[in-house]
Amino acid sequence: MTGTIAVVGASLAGLSAARALRERGHAGRIVVIGDEVHAPYDRPPLSKEFLAGTATIDDLALVSPDDEALDLEWRLGSRAVGLERQSRSVRLADGGEVRADGVVLATGARARRLPGSDGLPGVHVLRTLDDAVALRADLAVSGRLVVIGAGFIGAEVASTARQLGLDVTVVETQPVPLAGPLGGELGAVCAELHADHGTRLLTGTGVAGLVGTDRVEAVELTDGTRLPAEVVVVGIGALPNTEWLAGSGVALGNGVLTDEGCATNVPGVVAVGDCAAAWSVPAGRNVRVEHWTHALEQPATAAATLLGGAPPVRCPVPYFWSDQYGARIQFAGSRREGDVPRLVEGDFADRSFLVVYERDGAPVAVLGMNQPRLFTRWRRQLRSAVPAA
Amino acid sequence: MITVCPTSSLPPGEAIRVPAEEPIAVFNVDGEFFAIDDTCTHQDASLADGWLEGCTIECPLHASCFDLRTGKPSGPPAKVAVRTHQVVVADGMIHVQVSAAAEGAA
Repeated sequence: MTGTIAVVGASLAGLSAARALRERGHAGRIVVIGDEVHAPYDRPPLSKEFLAGTATIDDLALVSPDDEALDLEWRLGSRAVGLERQSRSVRLADGGEVRADGVVLATGARARRLPGSDGLPGVHVLRTLDDAVALRADLAVSGRLVVIGAGFIGAEVASTARQLGLDVTVVETQPVPLAGPLGGELGAVCAELHADHGTRLLTGTGVAGLVGTDRVEAVELTDGTRLPAEVVVVGIGALPNTEWLAGSGVALGNGVLTDEGCATNVPGVVAVGDCAAAWSVPAGRNVRVEHWTHALEQPATAAATLLGGAPPVRCPVPYFWSDQYGARIQFAGSRREGDVPRLVEGDFADRSFLVVYERDGAPVAVLGMNQPRLFTRWRRQLRSAVPAA
Repeated sequence: MITVCPTSSLPPGEAIRVPAEEPIAVFNVDGEFFAIDDTCTHQDASLADGWLEGCTIECPLHASCFDLRTGKPSGPPAKVAVRTHQVVVADGMIHVQVSAAAEGAA
């Protein structure tokens, strides 16, 4: 393909797609469209170092001087509002249009909000740089934070806020936090970090609503309890940004539906990153993945599909991490309900351990806390256990 | 010149962390030895604990990649290169000639 490729989305997946397209020899135009005004930046530090004030906006930049050579055409601050299937043109909110021969959909996901919380000062979600700037400003002048949702974002925000000296309560609807990704037993172990560092964790408790008119004053729980709060962070997951594709003919489900090679049902249109739900052979269904490493690695496959060429040989093992309260939590592999966790190193009580999840006696996933070296060895071993494609 | 270990103690695919003022990581890539600064330029992590693939070392924490030959970052989030150091093998021992501090560094 020598013509124009439009990359819709200017975060890690979009930038990685642009890099992969050049790496695979695409010499034509690459137009990168982003709804945020910011050049691509790294999101993981938004809940940690950036929120704590130890990393600057410059530290977050993903584009390096070497990327000049990519010769990308940036359309930042331009939201894509439609895709014309026949001509493969992307319509922009400002009335502009980008006509392309190939399109990479990389519009990511957005934070889910609590119904009825829109516009109430003091209530935050954390997804974008602007979100983080606003939250940081509020944390600096507040004493009491309530975090709704004890997932990774919620836990990291709680950790950072404790570090900043706030009084922090985390509310979680589920009986055990992180049971989805880690399983109940290990979810409970990781959640103990909250108590270790003086954060109150309330589990099995729903949120009835927020109290306050000019500004949030409290979070009301379903059991009637009122938790006073000067700041509230809602960390209850993310939704794929696919509404703009309605009516485009691109098949949508929980994200843009693609085959294993990131191809959508529309020729010349591929999808990557948080907005995409690629077919997974092991799972037997389309799976949408929100991990950073996935957004980094998957675009190489999409570039091969779009340009025609052999897909990358490296068969990545799903991998994510979370840094909370100074502890490094790392997870790799694919865990299912019923897999059996086995402690192979360390001790839960020491907050330093490695657990391997087994299925029919074979390792399928690994979880480490403060065990980076051993974790990496297991991660590598899991990869070699994956049969060659 | 820092003496690291006998070549026999560092088989292919392995890495060793050498304590120094600025710790150094030495890698064996299919019989060829490379030395770089051990600390990732993104955040505090030991690259000797990372994932070695060809001449690329991936940071064990946040997946930044560095080219062992040049020290340059080859994958985000790191943007700053690590220093590379000359490796000398003599009489079956691995030695590292530590490079001067990076230009412009304090």
